[in-house]
Amino acid sequence: MNAAFDMQMSRRRLLKAGGALVVTLVAPVTVLATEQVLRDKAGNAQAHALLDKTLDAGAVDGYIAIHQDGTVTLFSGKVDLGQGLRIAIRQMAAEELGIGVDKIEMIEGDTALTPDQGPTAGSSGVMRGGVQIRQAAATAREALIAMAAARLQTPASGLTVQDGVVRPKAGGAGLSFAELVGGKRFDLKVDAKAPLNNPQHYRVVGKPLLRPDVPAKVTGTHTYVHDVKLPGMLHGRVIRAASEGAHIVSVDQSSISKFPGVKVVRLGDFLAVAAPDEWDAIQAAAALKVVWSVSDKLMGHDKVEQWLRNGPFDAEETLVKKGDAAAALQGATGKISASYYWPIQTHGSIGPSCAVADVGAKQATIYTASQGTHRYRPAYAQMLGMPNEAVRLVYVDGAGCYGMNGHDDAAADAALMSKALGKPVRVQWSRQDEHGFDPKGPPQALTLEGALNADKSIAVWRTEMWLPRATASLPTVPLLAPQTAGMPQPKGISTGLISQNGDPPYEVANVTVGVHWHDSAPLRPANIRAPGKIANIYAVECFTDELAAQAGMDPLAFRLQSLKDARGAEVLKRTAALFGWQSRAVAAGVANQTNNANKTNKTNKRGRGIAYSHYKHNETYVAMAMEVEVDRASGEIRVLRVACAHDCGLIINPDGLRAQIEGSILQTISRSLYEEIRFDTRRVQNVDWAGYPILAFPAVPELRIELIDRPAMPPLGGGEAAASPVTAALANAVWDAVGIRLRTVPFTPERVKAALQKV
Amino acid sequence: MPTVTFTVNGTARSVDVRDPDQPLLYALRNSFGLTGPKFGCGLGQCGACTVLLDQTPLRSCVTPLSAVAGKSITTIEGLGTPDKPHPVQAAFIAEQAAQCGYCANGMVMTSAALLASNPKPSEAEIKDALAANLCRCGTHVRILRAVMRASGRTPS
Repeated sequence: MNAAFDMQMSRRRLLKAGGALVVTLVAPVTVLATEQVLRDKAGNAQAHALLDKTLDAGAVDGYIAIHQDGTVTLFSGKVDLGQGLRIAIRQMAAEELGIGVDKIEMIEGDTALTPDQGPTAGSSGVMRGGVQIRQAAATAREALIAMAAARLQTPASGLTVQDGVVRPKAGGAGLSFAELVGGKRFDLKVDAKAPLNNPQHYRVVGKPLLRPDVPAKVTGTHTYVHDVKLPGMLHGRVIRAASEGAHIVSVDQSSISKFPGVKVVRLGDFLAVAAPDEWDAIQAAAALKVVWSVSDKLMGHDKVEQWLRNGPFDAEETLVKKGDAAAALQGATGKISASYYWPIQTHGSIGPSCAVADVGAKQATIYTASQGTHRYRPAYAQMLGMPNEAVRLVYVDGAGCYGMNGHDDAAADAALMSKALGKPVRVQWSRQDEHGFDPKGPPQALTLEGALNADKSIAVWRTEMWLPRATASLPTVPLLAPQTAGMPQPKGISTGLISQNGDPPYEVANVTVGVHWHDSAPLRPANIRAPGKIANIYAVECFTDELAAQAGMDPLAFRLQSLKDARGAEVLKRTAALFGWQSRAVAAGVANQTNNANKTNKTNKRGRGIAYSHYKHNETYVAMAMEVEVDRASGEIRVLRVACAHDCGLIINPDGLRAQIEGSILQTISRSLYEEIRFDTRRVQNVDWAGYPILAFPAVPELRIELIDRPAMPPLGGGEAAASPVTAALANAVWDAVGIRLRTVPFTPERVKAALQKV
Repeated sequence: MPTVTFTVNGTARSVDVRDPDQPLLYALRNSFGLTGPKFGCGLGQCGACTVLLDQTPLRSCVTPLSAVAGKSITTIEGLGTPDKPHPVQAAFIAEQAAQCGYCANGMVMTSAALLASNPKPSEAEIKDALAANLCRCGTHVRILRAVMRASGRTPS
């Protein structure tokens, strides 16, 4: 349990609290990062006592420990992937406990220490994880007040908590957290009714406090999983099949005899090398002569849409049925329809996946950047032939992942190798591994039909979707290591909730939304940021734009006339104001088409588009307006500026939220303009950044973001919602610019030019 | 086993390597424990491994050790520390210009090199200098503001 990190870490935390810069120095230690904070100032390990702490997600002690020096450790099942939970959850707990964030440490995603709060996914970090910890903190504060009331022989109502001390409101000596409960357990259930502080008196929540991890991240001293080094650790590299599903025919171990100390691990078709020196391992992996069977199992990326739409299907599901859409469509005049396709994409993490595993005879520790250490633990336990309790997964930061990238596979690779070799093993994927083998964002196809009423409102709407089914109750997607080693593991895919937001967020009397489910899709579909919702809202909001054009109405006015949700209307209006939206009945691109001079005009054209999302229909509200420039000659689209109003209820940290919105917008512009994984019948073809370009600095637009804070409302997710209307706003702006509807992602210059030639 | 000697962050360092073509990155990370430079692609495409050769950004993942023999390398650890950050690092902290932070090494090093040669770059010049440094989290606008701030101007 106390396996040492072979590294000296001097962690300095720079936290801006209440305007003052507070610097806390934690002495250099040589213990596990997640345990060092549990040592008291004399260096006595409190960790071992706390390793026996409860993991009960319903107990205060599951989440909160108050130490003998009065400092606090939070135990969070949700992890900080770079999205800022490390400060946001501290703020939520600090506010309720009545102590500064600089007195709070936080341990994340360690199956031996943190309660299972579910995977860090679906924009649930603050909304669910933070809210649970906030309630535990409120329960703890009430208990601290009750303890102080008893000891001070004062009514609890006469006490208040400030800076870690419970003191009489009237003044006089109080009792510190350390005096009340330092080093002891609360032994309390989380009380769902423990009162939360009045938002009017918030001192910590709502402040743009600085994230504690940024100073180390920009000075090269932050510990990523890639940087974990254990004594005796070997560097592992896995040799991937030359084609998906291929088997090993032969391995010539003599081909790597010149590399000292290299060991080969082969279990079925799982083939890997390990060496004390990383460069030796890399070279040996490249040099090892392997003959693979030939496999042509994949359909090729250009066949995926057709396959999605044609089936056979695993299941049919009607998600929404309101009124009678079929009858209304039959009787409608001016009915329109449109079909959309979203391709398979990679997470595109800048650091290829990595993990370090130390598997002993009776227990295993795996250092992983997983988003779901608790959730995926059974898969590792099964693979290693150990009970769940013998396997400890410890979250350590990785390169940004936006869903399940290759981190969990790298952990399985490392664990399997460590077990085989009896030594700790670090596995670092190559760039080609990551693009080629990370679980991919799933493909989606949609066809929409609709018609207007005489008053230009929407009369009828039908959405038909073709999607790979998520089997979310299974522990994980099939991991490559046990799969290739021929080990049994649960079959399943986890694409996230990808069928949401397929219906319009507007008042429509007749609506049908149905899904044709596939039981899987090529290249191991997994959840990727805002799973499914970006494609669905792309289709829904582009189609809304088409209906607005049909109605001859301004796209903003058209949306507002049938949007009955006041918070939704507000984000649209605020976005329009922030952007400087100019009402238009006819898109400029369409007006241009009626003018032959303009139609053949090869110069750049600008256009503006708008889109709206009520995320998952019951979470964050976001609207987006975008201005683009289309180069008619090259087909290139340039996003010039973006405006976004965002309402996720109570804002915990406005700067952290802003960063998430910025990231959602820029990443989704990238996914919309450039990204598609291409593959033939054997393997992924675009396995580096030259073949799979992403947004780079020269293409970065101006961003304007307006946050709407609603302190009296629950906090909702901030990590995904702003991604959901991006593609639609972009496509609608292209329509305004040059009068073409882009219905297939990515919006490559070739597709733009082809569409321009048709008009 | 050949020995390669060069200067790292102002100190002369030697490393014994079987293969003098081993990329500099592995010596920095594994031999010297300087894990600030990151492995991103091994192809010189993303910038996560960037170090400075004198004042010029260098992709350590594709630079053979033999090519830096006798030369002077600066890694991000040599630029500044959390206590005493370089002005570029201080600006990145002030602008909170990192999410996962895996690309931050390359962003900081490339920006520091830019400002050393061009103390008041325009936004277009900053974008150009960072064009081959990739970020997936979408931190770009903060990085642009951080570089403006580090150049002594108020970010827009």
